[in-house]
Amino acid sequence: MTIVNFTPLPALLGGALIGLAAAFLLYAKGRVAGISGIAGGVIYPESKDDIGWRLIFVVGLVLGGFIYQLIGLGAGVDHIQAVVSKPMLILGGLLVGIGTQIGTGCTSGHGICGLARRSPRSLVATLCFMASAIVTVYVTRHLIGAS
Amino acid sequence: MSRSKQTLAALFAGTLFGFGLSVAQMIDPAKVINFLDFAGTWDPSLAFVMAGGLIVNAIFTPFILKRGKPLLAEYFRLPTKTEIDKRIVIGGVLFGIGWGLAGYCPGPMITSLSFADSDILTVLGAFVVGTFVARWVLAHRSA
Repeated sequence: MTIVNFTPLPALLGGALIGLAAAFLLYAKGRVAGISGIAGGVIYPESKDDIGWRLIFVVGLVLGGFIYQLIGLGAGVDHIQAVVSKPMLILGGLLVGIGTQIGTGCTSGHGICGLARRSPRSLVATLCFMASAIVTVYVTRHLIGAS
Repeated sequence: MSRSKQTLAALFAGTLFGFGLSVAQMIDPAKVINFLDFAGTWDPSLAFVMAGGLIVNAIFTPFILKRGKPLLAEYFRLPTKTEIDKRIVIGGVLFGIGWGLAGYCPGPMITSLSFADSDILTVLGAFVVGTFVARWVLAHRSA
């Protein structure tokens, strides 16, 4: 193992901002900041009057990225790109969509919000997706070299 | 309660979240996949993102819930299920495979629209299709 590109301070700071955003959404709206759940309610809504705030939140996610670039912190953003082929992106995107809806959450909903409430379900979900993601990268990078 | 205040709150939370994802560099799938690559080029940064988010959220959450009700809504809408069922395991495993294959989880995927190229539109389009199909099936399964 070689440790590369380790950036603990921006990581910790960015993480703290994410945690603050999640806490604020709970404080103001009483909702869990699970991105797959919020986006899922826009993509396939369960009730009509529950779409508005979700859509606004999703727009905010993109706006946050824009602001980061506008205030000049985004130096290097133009170098950021996907690191796998289009077929892998399609397969990966499909599985992220399907898996988060079956498992009712993603990195944010289970990993940051669920664990903060000490939810056993979220702990199991987090262990499952961390383990399967690590195994997946091991297989694609080191066993078949397909990524 | 005013509708515009609720809209503003959702916009603020989303924006702060997207800004945080950008600061944390979770929008860079190379970093994400390196974080998952213990056997090769390991980048531990994302553990600090998760720790930062979890610690801050875990400190605030009990105080927020103790208030009894949210500022702009009637009640807290929290997941009520507690049992560990097959769905949580299967869903988690499938999500992890997709995360490991593409290097994108839902938040960074959406925030990356701020500098979208055809790859980002591809993975996001596939996420939307996967989400729609899964929710359609789940909604019609018991009906």
